[in-house]
Amino acid sequence: MTAFVLVNISLFAILGATALAITRMRALYEATMLTALFSLVTGSLFVLLDAVDVAFTEAAVGVGISTVLLLGVLSLTRSREAVTPRRRRLPAALVVLFAGGALGYAAQDLPPFGSATTPVRDHPVTETYLVQSQQDMGIPNTVTSVLASYRGLDTLGELVVVFTAGVTVLLLLGPLTRRNHPVKKDLVLADYRVLRVVSGVLMPFILLFALYVLFHGDYGAGGGFQAGVIFASGFVLYGLVFGLDRVQQVLPQAVLWVLIPLGLLLFMGLGVATVLLGGSFLDYDTLRPDDTAAGQRLGILLVETAIGLTVATVMTSVFFSFTGRGASR
Amino acid sequence: MIGSHYVYWLTFALMMIGLYVVISHGNLIKKLIGLSLFQVAVFLFYISLGKVDGGTAPIITEGTQTYSHPLPHVLILTAIVVGVATLAVGLALVVRLFESYGSLEEDEILRRDTTDRDGVAS
Repeated sequence: MTAFVLVNISLFAILGATALAITRMRALYEATMLTALFSLVTGSLFVLLDAVDVAFTEAAVGVGISTVLLLGVLSLTRSREAVTPRRRRLPAALVVLFAGGALGYAAQDLPPFGSATTPVRDHPVTETYLVQSQQDMGIPNTVTSVLASYRGLDTLGELVVVFTAGVTVLLLLGPLTRRNHPVKKDLVLADYRVLRVVSGVLMPFILLFALYVLFHGDYGAGGGFQAGVIFASGFVLYGLVFGLDRVQQVLPQAVLWVLIPLGLLLFMGLGVATVLLGGSFLDYDTLRPDDTAAGQRLGILLVETAIGLTVATVMTSVFFSFTGRGASR
Repeated sequence: MIGSHYVYWLTFALMMIGLYVVISHGNLIKKLIGLSLFQVAVFLFYISLGKVDGGTAPIITEGTQTYSHPLPHVLILTAIVVGVATLAVGLALVVRLFESYGSLEEDEILRRDTTDRDGVAS
């Protein structure tokens, strides 16, 4: 227990130091790399707090995709920040002190950390998720069963947000808004043999790993969200090394535009299908009335695939939009 | 008190650092970085509420009785992916602003806006 507390506090100390360094740093490239470090350490903390699925996602998203996006934007804009004037610092410090003080005061009413009798634990739904789920669908990873079945509607909403964000980025930076500047030849990393060979060899394994994460999400950490991000990172790596033209030969923009809504439509269509079969929205029991657990597993697999499809295509097309902007400026 | 609540207070400290960056810094990319620091701290707070002493990850195995609560994990897992999607929207807006104004500093952009309205060439 004490070792646990010690490791926790030292990880938090690293996080605090990183965050303070980020606030003081005016070079944004360095700040971006420190943000990636921050995410990585947070991922370790998530593992300590038993949230392995969350740690997986944070590692894939925070360290991978969002760092690449930030670096892409820095290459399009300016990477040096102006000095923060003193007149802006004081009000901010006051607000932060006040808000932090209020939060700290309110936290006294929270149940002790790690307590087994918190309102979260005592709610009857805990029993459903941890025990009843084994009869309902027989999937060991309860995070997957809650995500895709018990709270499937929630997840559908989140997927709609991801879809909307992807469409918004396409509208802001996509081919429709592109200026007609002469395309400048950007530095292609494929001139370096090591990078070329290694990324070429890694590519199939990354995609295979993404599929493993997708289909193994029932039994261990993983699922559609993580698989989608890893799948996208394969194409991001390929695009970074070989340039945008080469990766778009493999994955044309038109294909992406068809695939982005396809995942969402699959998810919604499954919900409509269960209604037509006589159940409620996203009630997978109706898929196999003779064996409801098998029906649940089928529904969860389809939903995870739909999530993976939309997340992967949205992330890839966001990356294409940012890098395409760079090529056209 | 301190021994049982320290994780909450540490997450609040991280949250406040993120909030400070968002409020005080004028650079739009730095603001977005601060926003993601704040966001990650909120995630940590949520996850810490689901943790149980002596529990393990909520993947059911033989011989384990205590599991941490899976619901916060589900909420945060999806929130992380939504977070990067919204970050992408923010960054896209930043790129368009930079193309129109040639600056990423909030003060500079606001100044250009007001001078343009008065008809003064900037």
